[in-house]
Amino acid sequence: MDFLQRFAIPHPSPAIYASMVAIALVSIAIVAGLTYYKKWGYLWTEWLTTVDHKKIGIMYLISALLMLFRGGADAIMMRAQLATPEAKLLDAQHYNEIFTTHGVVMIIFMAMPFIFAFMNLIVPLQIGARDVAFPRLNALSFWLFFAGAMLFNISFVVGGSPDAGWTSYFPLAGNDFSTSVGTNYYMLAIQISGIGSLMTGINMCTTILKMRAPGMTLMKMPMFTWSAFIANVIIIFAFPVLTVALIMGTTDRLFGTNFFTTGNGGMDMLWANFFWVWGHPEVYILILPAFGLYSEIISTFSGRNLYGYKSMVASMVLISLLSFLVWTHHFFTMGQGALTNSIFSVTTMAIAVPTGVKIFNWLFTLWKGKIRFTVPMLYSIGFIPLFTIGGVTGVMLAMSAADYQYHNTMFLVAHFHNAIIPGVVFAMLAGLTYYWPKFFGFMLNEKIGKSTFWLLSIGFILAFFPMYITGLDGQARRMYTYSESTGFGALNMVSFVGAALMAIGFVTIVWNVYYSFKHSSRDIGSDPWDARSLEWATHTPVPVYNFAKVPQIRSSEAFWDAKKHGHQLFTGKQEEIHMPNNSGVPFIMGMIFFVCGFSFVFALWIPAVVSLIGIFVCMGLRSFEKDHGYHISVKEVEETEKLLGGASK
Amino acid sequence: MKIDHSQPLEYSTDQNQLNILGFWIFLGAEIMLFATLFTAYFTLEGRTGTGPTPAEIFEITPVLIETLVLLTSSFTIGLGVHAMRLGRKNAMITFFTTTLLLGLVFLGVEIYEFMHYYHVGATYQTSAFTAALLTTLGTHGAHVTLGLFWGTFIILQVKKRGLTPETANKSFIFSLYWHFLDVVWIFIFSFIYLKGMM
Repeated sequence: MDFLQRFAIPHPSPAIYASMVAIALVSIAIVAGLTYYKKWGYLWTEWLTTVDHKKIGIMYLISALLMLFRGGADAIMMRAQLATPEAKLLDAQHYNEIFTTHGVVMIIFMAMPFIFAFMNLIVPLQIGARDVAFPRLNALSFWLFFAGAMLFNISFVVGGSPDAGWTSYFPLAGNDFSTSVGTNYYMLAIQISGIGSLMTGINMCTTILKMRAPGMTLMKMPMFTWSAFIANVIIIFAFPVLTVALIMGTTDRLFGTNFFTTGNGGMDMLWANFFWVWGHPEVYILILPAFGLYSEIISTFSGRNLYGYKSMVASMVLISLLSFLVWTHHFFTMGQGALTNSIFSVTTMAIAVPTGVKIFNWLFTLWKGKIRFTVPMLYSIGFIPLFTIGGVTGVMLAMSAADYQYHNTMFLVAHFHNAIIPGVVFAMLAGLTYYWPKFFGFMLNEKIGKSTFWLLSIGFILAFFPMYITGLDGQARRMYTYSESTGFGALNMVSFVGAALMAIGFVTIVWNVYYSFKHSSRDIGSDPWDARSLEWATHTPVPVYNFAKVPQIRSSEAFWDAKKHGHQLFTGKQEEIHMPNNSGVPFIMGMIFFVCGFSFVFALWIPAVVSLIGIFVCMGLRSFEKDHGYHISVKEVEETEKLLGGASK
Repeated sequence: MKIDHSQPLEYSTDQNQLNILGFWIFLGAEIMLFATLFTAYFTLEGRTGTGPTPAEIFEITPVLIETLVLLTSSFTIGLGVHAMRLGRKNAMITFFTTTLLLGLVFLGVEIYEFMHYYHVGATYQTSAFTAALLTTLGTHGAHVTLGLFWGTFIILQVKKRGLTPETANKSFIFSLYWHFLDVVWIFIFSFIYLKGMM
């Protein structure tokens, strides 16, 4: 019994028991459904073992959407608790767990897979490649992310959720103050998915550097590919820092080391520094691909080439450099002294310059364009003013002297949601709508899509703008309640209404997918938006080899110039195509990593060591494996091409 | 698979070139990993709490042996890759085996060194300094251990399959890894041991 005790929830509540039942029922339903419809084989051969970047992208996309709802449920619970003063919906402990998991889920398990989804789906198509450089490693990246996400998500029904904030500052996150296994989950789940992210970074950089179609010089790459490249460079430099910090946090908690403790020389501020040396670049890892998507969408629906291509690239490079030089602004109040704070104030404000350049470039792209107000375009147009407000409040926060007023208040919460929701979430939804037909063969309904946009935008403004005011008035973040005399009640109620509108908005996305699946036309051709870059030059749905013939590139808007100026993209004779084999090993390794992480969380040393050995055995077997992929014959390619509607334009 | 005979064997196919570039990028990430460890070490080296200071526990003899052995192994793997370029399979296997044996000696001395720290009261839990020291050394040592297994697998494959574009590619990448561990050790030797003993 003692042994089983550790798996129990330390702070149970009816909601958690309900979740347990729900999880069990859904799992049974999935297993029963797969068995009844005899889909196990299909699942294994088409998805679990796939190394195809498009299918991996779709799996990232589905995971990201699921996690969006998981994190959204946390958000609506928080807003409901704060809607009225001294509410009793959640107690302090429960509230702590919810804001912690909300942050981690949204950043690591929603936003990250969302951008990886688009990188996987789009980058190889935009550069005219058949897959990424290391397709099998790509599958492993996905399964590590998936294992990390599942590990993190079982925490609230097995052993208890982390409750030290998504930043997990020590000594609060140490054993003395966080006694449940929650923070162990935090350390290990993020570690596992972080290793996956690092591998994606290496994979994507190699792909973009070496696998571009002939003629596509770096300065002829589509803007989304540029943004993905820079984001992946940041990943390579930032994620190892997180890896080390998490290892240290894990050993502090599991083996009693003294990295971040308050005794025996430990230094809690070291964690804060390491966390943000990763954490600040991390937000640019998320926002740069979002900028890339906006660039594609704005130029497509303005019917114009992207304004200031070179300055777009230069500003992203500059942002990536500056992103590593600003981390201290996250803790101006924690005692660095005036000189350090001033330096980091200046570097932080400097980021506004390249970002401003990008904003003006988008505006100049719109200028005199023939604008089509489609759903992706609505998100992009909404993004520009809303994100600018987020940026301006960011510059306010960058002033270290003034930050003493803003620090740890709702003002900060309003600011970063103001940057992330119009910046990243809108971009993801715009990208989702824009690229949906390419991968699923039908368009999402425009009417429902527009109502989603308005619900989300109005909901967002109502939810977060009041926080600027209560924050300046001193409402602290991460507090589970406040007294009536503070007068924060009315504005918090407005926030709750906004959050509810956003929740309805997200539900309409699901409705839209269902409705469009039922009613949308399947006859949409390969270029439904009249777009400009190479991913639209192949068929819909995209054949497994992407392009029958490798395209020849002459400009950064290759497909547009092919349509309008008669550039020939596909010349030469059809050749045999070489493709990588599927493999079940990445999936199996992901599962072993899950077991390994779980064992470490609960300090179960025997399964931990066994699963570690299992991981190394998988790597060893891979070393000896002979895997030369397979070839698709000319005849087969020609037949597929004919079936999909002749050689593409 | 197209083989370009104007290139050395390890660069001769497209996939081989991708592998080598990818591994260089991976080494970039490894540099960040060790840079972070060094940062932690330099931050914490003076924070010894009630435990010993660096000067009290470092011993020059085992460290010198480790350094000598690891530097030599980097040289022998260079000879191994040179032999590979000349197509001399047996010479290459000999040099690679020598490299791994030297690596094994390095690891043995490092284990002795860790036991010494344990005996003089510098354990993993003693202080922030010992935790940072043992994590940095341990991460490097874990890399060497992994390298011993990896290198053995590659030697077995070269023995069985001969020098093909694949085996040459793997051997070359392994040599990059091994040289990298040597470079990291030079930093450990200079900035952890020598600095700590001064």
